[in-house]
Amino acid sequence: MKISVDEEKCCGAGQCVVIAPEVFDQRDEDGIVVLLDSEPAPDRHEAVRESAGVCPAAAIHLGENA
Amino acid sequence: MSTAPRADTAATGTPAFPDPRSSACPFGVSPEMRALTDRGPVSRVTSWGGSTPWVVTSHTEQKTLLADPRLSAVFSHPGFPSPVDPEKAGRATADMSFVGMDDPEHSRLRRMVSGVFTVKRIEAMRPVVQKLTDDFIDTMLDGPRPVDLVQALALPIPSLVISELLGVPYEDHHFFQTNSRTIVSATAGAEARHTAHSDLAEYLDDLVGRKTSAPGDDLLSALAARITAGEITRREAAAMGVLLLLGGHETTANMISLGTLLLLEHPAQLATVRDTDDPKVVAAAVEELLRYLSIVHLGRRRTALEDIEIAGRTIRAGDGVILLGELANRDPRVFPDPDTLDITRDARPHLAFGAGTHHCVGQPLARMELQVIYPTLFRRIPTLRAAIEVEQVPFKYDAVIYGIHELPVTW
Ligand code: SF4
Repeated sequence: MKISVDEEKCCGAGQCVVIAPEVFDQRDEDGIVVLLDSEPAPDRHEAVRESAGVCPAAAIHLGENA
Repeated sequence: MSTAPRADTAATGTPAFPDPRSSACPFGVSPEMRALTDRGPVSRVTSWGGSTPWVVTSHTEQKTLLADPRLSAVFSHPGFPSPVDPEKAGRATADMSFVGMDDPEHSRLRRMVSGVFTVKRIEAMRPVVQKLTDDFIDTMLDGPRPVDLVQALALPIPSLVISELLGVPYEDHHFFQTNSRTIVSATAGAEARHTAHSDLAEYLDDLVGRKTSAPGDDLLSALAARITAGEITRREAAAMGVLLLLGGHETTANMISLGTLLLLEHPAQLATVRDTDDPKVVAAAVEELLRYLSIVHLGRRRTALEDIEIAGRTIRAGDGVILLGELANRDPRVFPDPDTLDITRDARPHLAFGAGTHHCVGQPLARMELQVIYPTLFRRIPTLRAAIEVEQVPFKYDAVIYGIHELPVTW
């Protein structure tokens, strides 16, 4: 799994941070998503998939057999 | 595929919008609005001044469209579905700050305040909200019964929290609560709403001015510093203050009172919320209440800037579009058996806070407040009950933010 995030789209909702805090964080200044781990270990894939599904801005993209 | 000619649509009788929630179930959606789903994910309604905007009923299409930059949130577009004429709407756009703007201006302003609402900062405030909740419940327990839950708890807690964050003196809460209520009322009349808005804007403008010379550790002071730095105007800062103050207390207050009443009607689910020590269970319950109640009802409204093909229809440039969140949140394809309250379901994909670039900036705060308040209330007052029958509860059928005017409770 390879993750990318779109900072322009991100509305800083932090849903991803709640669901997968090891993979996503937020910038202090404006709450925009920070990708901590673009190729997370398999045990985190489910949480990442959930984050992408729930993200209100569709700002999380999953590539490679996600 | 092309859309049916407009004359045709009118001849077949387009349903009227808006239609208030019916008395059939005060926690449900209006059957007339529900019937719109039979016409497909995207269809037309007859609305203000005889206009025929599109209405979007399904979850998938709403989520897609809310994230589509070809839809504009600017109130002053001629096609914008609004009861107000475009000229007055232009004034409203300026007053409503980034809610009524498109990117990049929208993002520029929004990102000046969104840092305050990161998950980590909001989590750090959880003990403060817990203490406040306990204090208000102490006062309730010491006072007479029945008591109005709205005034005793639902309104003061979010008001205090947002005042503190913004740097608005809480002593002024009667002033800002009264004006906020008028602004979101659908029956107050355009003039009264405008006056309330101006009064609130003037108040915040004055406050921002004072923060420039005597800054504190709050959001208005941060905005005042941006005025000094030439990044925003004082009017923009004041409008953002109005938006956050209003959005920060009126909506959450309604969720607290409505959610409490709804759980009182579902004792088994209430018991789960009360007895669990798992924050995930509480969080899931809050999401379900947000989905089920969908208090921002009667539609998120937009204008198409270009032609948009969706669900076999063509929304033309200039057409108005109304996205009904309460219908998306009862879409059976996403939420099986949607009219059943089930605090154990995964309700997170709900659109109670919207989606896309305008997704509610304050939602982490709202979520945290609700996660603290419901379980604390039921734990501290296990015998809590409504002091009147549900049929007698004064629901806000007349407001753009749904809620309860007053909820007498006893124990
Ligand atoms: S959930 Fe989406 S919008 Fe929210 S912070 Fe994460 S990436 Fe951004």
